[in-house]
Amino acid sequence: MSDHDDAMTGGVMAGGAMTGAKVAIAARGITKRFGALVANNLADIVVADGEIHALVGENGAGKSTLMRVLSGMYAPDAGTIEYHGRDVTGWSTATAIGEGVGMVHQHFMLVPTLTVAENVVLGHEIRRGPMLDRAGAERAVAEVAARSGLDVPVGRRVSELTVGEAQRAEIVKTLYRGARLLILDEPTAVLSPPEVQDLWKVLRRLRAEGTTVVVITHKLDEVMEISDRVTVMRHGQTVARMSTADTTPRDIARAMVGRDVVLAGDVPAVSAAPTAREDAVASKPVLELRNITVARKDGTPAVSGLSLDVFGGEIVGIAGVEGNGQTELIEAIAGLSSVQSGDIALNGQVLKGTARDRYDAGIAHVPEDRHQRGLVLEYDISDNLILGRQREYSRRGVLDRDAIRQNAVEKIEQFDIRPATPDAIAGRLSGGNQQKIVIAREMTRTFSLLLAAQPTRGVDVGAIEMIHRRIRAVRDEGKAVLLVSADLAEVMALSDRIAVLYKGRIAAILPRAEATEEILGAFMTGVVAEAAQ
Amino acid sequence: MTAIMIFLAQTLRISVPYLFAASGGVIAERAGIVSLTLEGFMLSGAFGAVLGSFYSGSAWIGVLCGIGAGLLCAALHGVASIRFKADQIVVGIAINLLVIGATRFLLQLTFGSTSNSPRVDGFSTAGGGLANPMIWLAILTVLGVTWMMDHTVLGLRIRAVGEHPAAAEASGLSVKKLRYIAVAMSGVLAALGGVYLALDQHQFTDNMSAGRGFIALAAVIFGRWHPMRAALACILFAAAETLQIQLQGSTVLPTQFIQMIPYVLTVVALAGLVGRAVPPAALGRPGTE
Amino acid sequence: MNWLNRAVEALLPPLLALLVALVLGDLLIMSVGQNPGEVYRLLIEGSWGNPWGFAQVIFKATTLAFTGLAVAIGLRAGVFNIGAEGQLAAGGFMAAIAGLWLPAGMPLLLAIPVCILAAAAGGAAVGAVPGVLKAKFGAHEVIVTIMMNFIVLALLNYVVASHLNVPETLHTPDIQTGGLTRLSEFVPAFHGSAANTAFFIVLAAAAALWWLLFRMRAGYELRAVGLQPQAAEYGGVNVRRVWFAALTLSGAIAGIGGINYVLGYKGYYEEGFAGGAGYLGIAVALVGRNHPVGVIFAALLFATMSQGGLAIHALVPKEIVDVLQAVLIIAMAVSVPEVRRLLGQVRRDVA
Repeated sequence: MSDHDDAMTGGVMAGGAMTGAKVAIAARGITKRFGALVANNLADIVVADGEIHALVGENGAGKSTLMRVLSGMYAPDAGTIEYHGRDVTGWSTATAIGEGVGMVHQHFMLVPTLTVAENVVLGHEIRRGPMLDRAGAERAVAEVAARSGLDVPVGRRVSELTVGEAQRAEIVKTLYRGARLLILDEPTAVLSPPEVQDLWKVLRRLRAEGTTVVVITHKLDEVMEISDRVTVMRHGQTVARMSTADTTPRDIARAMVGRDVVLAGDVPAVSAAPTAREDAVASKPVLELRNITVARKDGTPAVSGLSLDVFGGEIVGIAGVEGNGQTELIEAIAGLSSVQSGDIALNGQVLKGTARDRYDAGIAHVPEDRHQRGLVLEYDISDNLILGRQREYSRRGVLDRDAIRQNAVEKIEQFDIRPATPDAIAGRLSGGNQQKIVIAREMTRTFSLLLAAQPTRGVDVGAIEMIHRRIRAVRDEGKAVLLVSADLAEVMALSDRIAVLYKGRIAAILPRAEATEEILGAFMTGVVAEAAQ
Repeated sequence: MTAIMIFLAQTLRISVPYLFAASGGVIAERAGIVSLTLEGFMLSGAFGAVLGSFYSGSAWIGVLCGIGAGLLCAALHGVASIRFKADQIVVGIAINLLVIGATRFLLQLTFGSTSNSPRVDGFSTAGGGLANPMIWLAILTVLGVTWMMDHTVLGLRIRAVGEHPAAAEASGLSVKKLRYIAVAMSGVLAALGGVYLALDQHQFTDNMSAGRGFIALAAVIFGRWHPMRAALACILFAAAETLQIQLQGSTVLPTQFIQMIPYVLTVVALAGLVGRAVPPAALGRPGTE
Repeated sequence: MNWLNRAVEALLPPLLALLVALVLGDLLIMSVGQNPGEVYRLLIEGSWGNPWGFAQVIFKATTLAFTGLAVAIGLRAGVFNIGAEGQLAAGGFMAAIAGLWLPAGMPLLLAIPVCILAAAAGGAAVGAVPGVLKAKFGAHEVIVTIMMNFIVLALLNYVVASHLNVPETLHTPDIQTGGLTRLSEFVPAFHGSAANTAFFIVLAAAAALWWLLFRMRAGYELRAVGLQPQAAEYGGVNVRRVWFAALTLSGAIAGIGGINYVLGYKGYYEEGFAGGAGYLGIAVALVGRNHPVGVIFAALLFATMSQGGLAIHALVPKEIVDVLQAVLIIAMAVSVPEVRRLLGQVRRDVA
């Protein structure tokens, strides 16, 4: 694998020149639009035969879209795809699979009511006449799994699998179809550290057998650990291609973000005052979580016996790999799901009831999913600016249209929402402007606790700064803030204290000054277990 | 003893249209296509059968024409809900209205009557009706559909498409094609239910399906979308109906209450009071999202 | 420009659907050897072309507007009420019961509201069943409302046939009070038509629903539930309660529809009077784009087709109208997603 050295290096677009290794797949000038959104804008990627290639970029950079174009799920609006030198632009999933290109999606493409073996063979069944040969399928699937060191219960229903098992079933599925090019979309997002190590073992074994692997990720340590070569995307475009051996995490990060960034071990660039807590501590906590347990929809525990205090005048940031209970924790506090046991208290009062009661008690909530929760996409800006506050804007059950419009005009001005027309439909706004509606609405409530979940996800840089400023302002007014973000840099930039959530428990709570990325990373990945508790 | 035999034979005869239509309904619903159309498919089959039998003088040609009519309706349902992603519930109801209207229209044009067709060649009613080959065809259909759904490749694919179409698509299957196949099968089978009705009575009468398609749909749900359980539900509903006929005139239980049994049981099943009825996950959702 | 966009998106599908139905109507008429122009002329003449026909359109539109509004309010909340047929029958039955039970001399100003309330209660009771089952157990309202149609009709059949009928008939005795005034009292030219003041009641109901949907907080919350239940829940709305309330209200509105026939026309409850108006309510709501004003116009359209069908019977079997109504519904169901997709494309191309 050392023959990549002559390939392009950091930040330079060196075209597809790769000597010594044949090109497995190459996409050039790919453009893909969804409505007004341009997900890929002349994106390129060249993957050499037999390498592990990392495709990195921030959330929303267009990585998944590009890979879906490659695997035939989407037809590109412009650009070409070459597979082993042949033009295959616009091929279908079926053709791509037939040619040996398989993709493991972030959301698994498995039918929950069928068994692992049935899922694996679906579309390429082992037949006896018109009949499905179940025993034969299970044997064949077990064989493929064993060959690559993947441990899956072939006869079990997918609905009964753990996440790790389901992912392995997905990989077996693509291998069973004869994949020689395997694309994995954020495979580690749902895995525990030991499972991640197992996955790396499998991928290395596949590479040794001549399979080409593309891994989508935004985690730099993974890139360094597993990949031979890296392609970096930003805003739908390819901005850099490099050989992993010749690069550093800092170079990759700079390419991802487009400027110098703070990395592990650096001094925090943003001077958040981590002292706020000391003067607050004398008072009673605003939010008290006492031993709360929250279940997921499928009944498995998402949050287990968690306790945490958040005081007025501080921002407590929750760090953690996604899927460790962050969503469920916030929704339980907001009254959108119920706790199985334990108490949630706000200003000493135990919270009960629904979201409406929580608002009345003094909670403001910036939800993590503005498309599902935070906005009614077909409502206009003015109606969205009163969502959850509709009682403030009505008298005896009748909406006060004048007040609603007046409010819209004010908030649009104050928060620079564009277009500046109250009757613009929220669903047609950019992500940043949509989030400004949510921020404008929530931060102008009367509240003592702000729940901010992924407050800057999919938001442009200008809006990010505004949102961060507003969150700090809330803290400076003496209110409590509980922040959840998948972006560790954001948690570190804003928080006064940082709690690490791992498997539904708080693995550590650290003052900002003591929290380095290494320490947090160790707790986030379960390397150090529950030290602070 | 004979009383029981008569009861069983009559139950079987009454259950035939339900067995056909419910078998079709299971296939379509498992593929994710809502089957409010069974009623219309059935009525179209009845009319097609009478038309075919009338002009050819052969009951078997009637069967083929009935199947053709069902396929025609199924094609309409398929194109509207699969190609155009129209709301399947709305389209289903419209197809039922369409078939009622169209059969009345054609009844006037071809037979000059608003209520019924002339007598046509049908199947023998000897042996308490058990000589009718369609009764045995219905039983074979139930067994065949059960075998297909549980053991064949096609059955596996249909189940995958109705449960998680995106996964089926990612596996290289054509969701649309499979759904067209499933709707066509449901059209043919439900139409056969109507064919049986018409050829058993040797004529077409206005709106002769009389809600049987909805009873079949009730059986599909009560049978929790499995062909064998749905068939058992059909027989249960038919037995209740037989009881109602045989008790006619007695005052033990008003007939209307026996008529309600299938519907009440279905509502109870949906409420989860006797084993939760959980529909296929992608039921009624167009496309592959 | 926003309102223009929305108007195009709302009006284009019904116009397209109407066009499809007209073209198919032409083909059908020509296939039986008649001249489409002549048939359509007769159709219009038999409905809007003379006072009696017009009044009959009003009469038929009244029931359809009630069931259309019922379906529309449900759909606005994201619940599909297919049970308007049974709710309409139950409402008519309860109106008749109230009219029978109230003393004969009772002033109409008092008797009519009582009868209307009874009709609303009858329909609401039927609508509440799927409402409870959906809110409590998550049972899908489409199947439950269909099943309820059969259950309610069987139940009413039992009560009327066994206990309440005038011998040898399938209707109840005449009501003692609560009858609605015929419009022919005000416009003599309407003589012979059953059109009655229920038409004004449905206009008032449409106005009230418009007010509820677009001016009241409850309507804001109800529409949010219909568009995005998760966002509504986040907005402090009890989604399950809204589903229940919407299905119950929907049932009540369909139930009030029963007064048009029972209080305004026959003066008694008669087996089978609903006659498909509940199912057609789905079509009316669909063509009317779930907007109260649209529903009124859609009801007039469907009523015109039904009434006009009687006038063309000499040339073409009147059932052609049933066929065309069904075609209109299918074309409408097809063109709604299609128009939205095309408009999306146009917007993209422009942008």
